[in-house]
Amino acid sequence: MLEILSFEFMQNAIVAGLLVSIASGIIGSLIVVNRMVFLAGGIAHTSYGGIGLAVYFGLPIFLGASLFAVGAAILMAAVTLNQRDKTDTFIGLIWAVGMAVGIVFVDMTPGYNVDLMSYLFGSILAVSNADIWYMSALLVVIVAIVTIFYRQILAVSYDSEYAKLRGVDVRFFYTLILVVSALTVVIAIKIVGLILVIALLTIPVYIGEKLSSSLATMMAMSGILSTIFTFLGLFLSYSYDITSGASIILVSALSLLLFLVLNNTMRKIFNTVKKIKK
Amino acid sequence: MSVIDIRGLSFAYDEQLVLENINLTVKQQDFLAIIGPNGGGKSTLLQTILGMHEIKKGNIKIFGQDISKNLAKIGYVPQNTNINTNFPIKVIEVVLMGHIQEYEKNPTDKNWLKRYFHIGYDKDEISCAKRALSQVGMEQFAYQKIGTLSGGQRQRVMIARALCSMPSVLLLDEPTASIDTDGQKQIYELLKKLNKTITIIVVSHDISVIVGYASKVAHINKTLNYHDISQAARPNIDGEHFCEVEMLQLLISKHQKGCEC
Repeated sequence: MLEILSFEFMQNAIVAGLLVSIASGIIGSLIVVNRMVFLAGGIAHTSYGGIGLAVYFGLPIFLGASLFAVGAAILMAAVTLNQRDKTDTFIGLIWAVGMAVGIVFVDMTPGYNVDLMSYLFGSILAVSNADIWYMSALLVVIVAIVTIFYRQILAVSYDSEYAKLRGVDVRFFYTLILVVSALTVVIAIKIVGLILVIALLTIPVYIGEKLSSSLATMMAMSGILSTIFTFLGLFLSYSYDITSGASIILVSALSLLLFLVLNNTMRKIFNTVKKIKK
Repeated sequence: MSVIDIRGLSFAYDEQLVLENINLTVKQQDFLAIIGPNGGGKSTLLQTILGMHEIKKGNIKIFGQDISKNLAKIGYVPQNTNINTNFPIKVIEVVLMGHIQEYEKNPTDKNWLKRYFHIGYDKDEISCAKRALSQVGMEQFAYQKIGTLSGGQRQRVMIARALCSMPSVLLLDEPTASIDTDGQKQIYELLKKLNKTITIIVVSHDISVIVGYASKVAHINKTLNYHDISQAARPNIDGEHFCEVEMLQLLISKHQKGCEC
């Protein structure tokens, strides 16, 4: 089994899986506590517009997708901050428009038949060295932002009204959270694809939240869980020749189910023990 | 000097006039209760004092200055402390939020790194937060998750957070709205204790706050009526039962002594 590790594509897949898992543990936590899951889903799909544009103009895919996703994030932040009641309509709108733009540009690209499936469901086995560099740089930026502005981000996420009264620039930090989420979504697309991105950003985080009593531990816990799920999914995908993105998500979902069942049983046992003691 | 001075303040949402020609002076160590019907403008007045609304007519001075200059002197306890109860955050971290942005006020700090990037929590901040928690009797919960506390305990934590920045005035928006009667009494007893050094302003539906705790009452229903009840005779609230009828009698007797409203 270990001989698969000698292939460069497998080594890249493992490193990319680790980088993306840590990033999505940190950013997924922010997305979940700020209730931005639907927003992140919108950004993921909108970024396909950037992929289409990059293909058409011959630009690096990551560059096109990142620029498009960041643009969408800034737009969404502006709408959410100014017209909260219109948010879901707007997300639905740019979700679809972004995808449509991407499809049209890919159609118009002469002689190039881009594999749409690899963007929808990810292609962790096709990670290049350049991709790894980009992911590493992004992870460094994310860790730096979250460390330096931890207090502000925590305050804005927990109680934005109070944060504002204490002089924290809530609009800036809200937009910042969305922009780093957009960048994370773009690298996560490479691993699990844009349809499944939301699951990667939420399932490990959901378990992490239940196990943590602070945002920082939630981020760390989610990152670790995400890494485990990604590696397990990757291993199954290789062993049974199934799509890696889908197998990672299914491993995560089954783990979540197992966690919930165990958690419930533990609580019941705990309560019964308590009763008997009384 | 008066703590808060409001002169001729009017406020409207779109076309709807919510506050009309409000005049109010809050003095040091007042315990002011702001009461009034739903939609009467209580919360709007509080928010305007906090600088959350742009003032178009009239003015508000806090210690004789514009609100934005003296925000740090006001401690604020928001109305709904039941939001985000699943949020993974420890009690002490919530209280430490009261210290946020403080370093900006101290641009002379020699440590430039600390001036621009305030990473983590300082020792003095933590000891200050613990002090604030012990002031509200919650120090033993410092490292618990906020979601494990009851509504009343959470409200105390929010008061500790406001106390953290050493305010001269404490503004509370419906502090007892979602707490059982025992918890309510504890909160008011706590405020009474804090009132020895701090000016307290409470917006409340709960009319019983006036008896036994408040020294001044402002009734707001678009316009403001002010009552000084610090000299009024008070029934014994430690007794078995106290009802709003007695409260009303108290106010009526004030009226007969020549109140203008």
